[in-house]
Amino acid sequence: MILVIAEQRDGKLNRASWEAIAAAQALAGELPVKAAIIGGSVAALAAELASAGVAEVLTVEDPALASYTPDAHTIALRAVVESASPTFVLMPHTYQTRDCAPMLAARMGRALITDVTALSGTGKDAAFTRPIFQGKLAAQVKPLGEPPFFITVQIGAFRADAVRKGGNAPVTPVTVSIDAAAVRQKAEPPFQEAKQAVDLGQAERIVAVGRGIKSQEHIAIAEKLAAALGAELAASRPICDNGWLPMERQIGSSGQTVAPKLYLALGISGAIQHLVGMKGSRTIVAINKDAEAPIFEVADYGIVGDLFEIVPALIAELEKN
Amino acid sequence: IAVCIKQVPTREWQPRLTDDKTWIREHDVSYEMNEPDAYALEEALRLREKHGGEVVVCSAGPARVQQVIREALARGADRALHVEDDRLAAADASVTADALAAAMAEERFDLVLTGLQSDDLGQAQVGVVLAEKLAIPHSTIIMDVQADPASGSVRVKRELEGGWFQWIAMPLPALLTIQSGINQLRYATLKGIMAAKKKEIRKVAMPDARPMQQVIGLALPTRAKETRQITGSAGEAAKELVRVLREEARVL
Ligand SMILES: Cc1cc2nc3c(=O)[nH]c(=O)nc-3n(C[C@H](O)[C@H](O)[C@H](O)COP(=O)(O)OP(=O)(O)OC[C@H]3O[C@@H](n4cnc5c(N)ncnc54)[C@H](O)[C@@H]3O)c2cc1C
Ligand SMILES: Nc1ncnc2c1ncn2[C@@H]1O[C@H](COP(=O)(O)O)[C@@H](O)[C@H]1O
Repeated sequence: MILVIAEQRDGKLNRASWEAIAAAQALAGELPVKAAIIGGSVAALAAELASAGVAEVLTVEDPALASYTPDAHTIALRAVVESASPTFVLMPHTYQTRDCAPMLAARMGRALITDVTALSGTGKDAAFTRPIFQGKLAAQVKPLGEPPFFITVQIGAFRADAVRKGGNAPVTPVTVSIDAAAVRQKAEPPFQEAKQAVDLGQAERIVAVGRGIKSQEHIAIAEKLAAALGAELAASRPICDNGWLPMERQIGSSGQTVAPKLYLALGISGAIQHLVGMKGSRTIVAINKDAEAPIFEVADYGIVGDLFEIVPALIAELEKN
Repeated sequence: IAVCIKQVPTREWQPRLTDDKTWIREHDVSYEMNEPDAYALEEALRLREKHGGEVVVCSAGPARVQQVIREALARGADRALHVEDDRLAAADASVTADALAAAMAEERFDLVLTGLQSDDLGQAQVGVVLAEKLAIPHSTIIMDVQADPASGSVRVKRELEGGWFQWIAMPLPALLTIQSGINQLRYATLKGIMAAKKKEIRKVAMPDARPMQQVIGLALPTRAKETRQITGSAGEAAKELVRVLREEARVL
């Protein structure tokens, strides 16, 4: 049996949970798939999961789970996993999963393979593909030891709309007592830093700069190109970390998600945390001096070369007519 | 304060595989400090400036990792623990965390900092697994640390997806995994490099540890899209790109 642990935010299942269910269905072969959801109150979410083509939905409802802490979540999830004794436990590779899945697997003394992008084989014979060396290579990995084997699936690697829905699975509550003294963290409510002044989600064209731009003074040539294209300027995370452009122009998992008509990436390597924020763009152009950079995996058009030569030539070309 | 630092291949490095395609050829690799670990070190140095105490670098790996240990000492760490074993070059999260936990067994840290993930294996696991092995609370993807040694607690800003954050508090000792960009890095001074030569690096024996996963093969990643590469001189490539964006993609 394969157990998918779904994740919610503000009483809504996230898309990544559906992607994990799609991965579970692909992995299952003959094995049944079950889903689990935990939180302060989860009845509506459990009902939604019950129609996801799963055999059963397991739930834990407890006030201690209303706001996320790794300790309370690990206690509850461990009870769910032990009651179901699955072969595989699949979770979406979200920030919350990063925070609690390694603790859960370590506490149970079981294998955890993170950030999986593809599966080969089904059931017990399965092997899992995950990126290593910043996406420069893909490793095929097998878990060792006893099941359950914990797997987290990369955001966007499986298609949420591929989930075979249907049925009306029974919902089974799992009883756990979460001892308040065992929960060491105290969480405050989530907040957004500054009100976002630019909504890059509305931009038709975006020029995004990465660390290939080398220094702050060179941002100006990217700005000039953006102006010539009628585009907004955006950036990868290190550029914003350095303060070369404001945080609100950051694209990726911790910044904005955009899908413009044109996304032109200058000196961006294409780390997965960047790609999730822009790979839905209609036309992607990458300019990078490294022909093997992962950004070319999602690019429609590419120029392998030095951006400091190509960008001025592009500006000149655009200004011609 | 302990800081876990991993040595990883530089960003410019182009991968070459061993003949059996299960690992990389290590002899032509140049190495550097894992980027988020550099931020973790900087955060530890700032906490020491504010609250006093000692910053201890912990690294698990073959003899070559002394390079990043020395660099961390040059930037201001006080001393180091090195679990030295060739098997640690490609060890999984469980084995690495066992090694680091063994190094820390005789120490009493108030705070353990790690990077949030390594640039080579990218498991995003070692910090959290280590916290569990040390039986201390943790929090991940941290962008601000407010330590209060007097009350024995720490309050930290955790990054959530899409530009959201959350403060979370916990008692000390605790483990935090640090996100890149939490602070501005300092670099080693000549004085620091000289001073580092005299600082202690204590070797720790590799404990018995059971791997939890096995790499069966490595390959170049598959491409989602067929990229049309535009070639020629900068001028020619620029001209052709503008043409295809206008006429084929129709995005200008
Ligand atoms: C939890 C988490 C969240 C993250 N969130 C985000 C996020 O929201 N957004 C984000 O972007 N990243 C995010 N990251 C960071 C991400 O993993 C990468 O480190 C980052 O995207 C790399 O930025 P880069 O491509 O600009 O830099 P690098 O990876 O250093 O790439 C620079 C590129 O420039 C090229 N280059 C260099 N010189 C030239 C030249 N002269 N001409 C042309 N090309 C050149 C190089 O070949 C290289 O490919 C996150 C990481 C983690 C772990
Ligand atoms: N061999 C190692 N030696 C020291 N620290 C390590 C080692 N491997 C991982 N770490 C720490 O654990 C973090 C997460 O690594 P990983 O789980 O491999 O993504 C890194 O940022 C380091 O701080």
